[in-house]
Amino acid sequence: MTDIVVHLALLLVFPPLLLGVINKTKARWAGRVGAPFFQPYYDILKLLRKGMVLSTTTTWVFRAAPIITLSSVLAAGVLVPFGNSPAPVAFTGDFLLFAYLFGLARFFTTSAALDTGSAFEGMGAAREVTFAALTEPAMFFAFLVLAKLSGSLSLGGMLHSGGASAYPAGSVAPLVLTVLGLFIVLLAENSRIPVDDPATHLELTMIHEVMVLDHSGPLFGIIEYSSALKLFVMGSVLLGVATPWFSWNGWLDWPVFISGMLGLAVVVGTIESIMARLRMPRVPSLLIAAILLCGSAFVMLVR
Amino acid sequence: MNDVLNALFVLILTLNLFALGNGRILSVIRIVAAQGVLLGILPLLMHEHLTFPEVLSSAAAISLKGIVIPGIMAKALRDAQMKREVEPLVGLLPSTIIGALVTALAFLVFSRVDPASRSDASLIIPTSITTVLAGFILLTTRFKALSQVLGYLVLENGIYIFSLLLVEAIPLVVEMGILLDLLVSVFIVSIITNHINRAFSSLDTRRLASLKE
Repeated sequence: MTDIVVHLALLLVFPPLLLGVINKTKARWAGRVGAPFFQPYYDILKLLRKGMVLSTTTTWVFRAAPIITLSSVLAAGVLVPFGNSPAPVAFTGDFLLFAYLFGLARFFTTSAALDTGSAFEGMGAAREVTFAALTEPAMFFAFLVLAKLSGSLSLGGMLHSGGASAYPAGSVAPLVLTVLGLFIVLLAENSRIPVDDPATHLELTMIHEVMVLDHSGPLFGIIEYSSALKLFVMGSVLLGVATPWFSWNGWLDWPVFISGMLGLAVVVGTIESIMARLRMPRVPSLLIAAILLCGSAFVMLVR
Repeated sequence: MNDVLNALFVLILTLNLFALGNGRILSVIRIVAAQGVLLGILPLLMHEHLTFPEVLSSAAAISLKGIVIPGIMAKALRDAQMKREVEPLVGLLPSTIIGALVTALAFLVFSRVDPASRSDASLIIPTSITTVLAGFILLTTRFKALSQVLGYLVLENGIYIFSLLLVEAIPLVVEMGILLDLLVSVFIVSIITNHINRAFSSLDTRRLASLKE
């Protein structure tokens, strides 16, 4: 019971801190002091208190999209085990629901972008769905690998939560490939730097930022919050795959999990600092590389 | 130990794909250097008990493949004032996909071949075949002389992985001889590259096909 409470509390409170850590890491790499760790919280609270401007061409889709995105990402977060404790909700095949909850969120985000009737946002929506079509196979290959390794069809079993035994011997090679592939998927899905630049509003480069350009005030705050939430949820899946060995008991798990997530945020921030964003035509190559990585992990297992 | 070995093999395979998919020659040099360093670490993990000469040969391999050869090539690249492979015969993305297909095929076909001498190395043969073929793709589809040298280096890396099967049997002298050959050939090709660049103001090897009076 306490595990479920801690899980939900982490899910609701923790995500913006990840963004704060990423921004702080980037600032440190650039030799700046940077915004405080809790800046994303202040930003979101500020946005929630503001007024809202709605274009007259928009319909209910525009207003519903952020809320549907937030709720589907939250639902996905309930399905994922954090660290070593089991997820609050788990059933056979829940990884399909997990993947397509993100699909639902994406569908409504892009619909809202198209709803504004702006060519600019339509372009962003087109890019988003193009790249999503490439990240999805990579994600499913990764899930196939995990299912094959663990013999379970539920996220909890795949990520070995709840004191299940470790992966069988000889599974390190496919796991390394899967982690690499999933990391690329994480960067692409959360519009981090080699794929998209979350900091800029330059029309040539942006994917996610351009789609939410017309949202303002509380709706924009919800969008910011749910993108932080998405980073957190996908990061916890990656962490579950990358660290199958940590299996302490009791309360020590939570600090370990939290420090793992903070470490992941530092890695993402470091990558953003040392890499340039890829040119748009090169992005599919990176995503196809992710598919190939996860796919060859699967081939290694079934051969 | 076995797990670490397998992880290293997988990283080598991944580096193959990235070498095939990268258009900037400097990045490919770095990738091949990283692969060389990983290869130098492999024999240290495979020996049952380490002796001083083995550590020495490993250190020599790491410093040659990781520092000296990439250094020479980076210098040749700087002298040639050229950044990327402009138009390879097969595009970057298609060659990455071919590389991945080759990887899958090698794993499907060569998993049946059992390296009888070692039980801990089921990945050796597929990895070496894949690396050789990746080097072959680089060699045949790129036109810049430096890219072809990189292909040759990847190919050699693949053969080196294969020789790990005989890691207890190959004498130190042979390994050192191979390393020296490699260094000399890269050295010569870098000088040749410089000359080609001066004579044709380009590194495109296709220009070398026609005779000129």
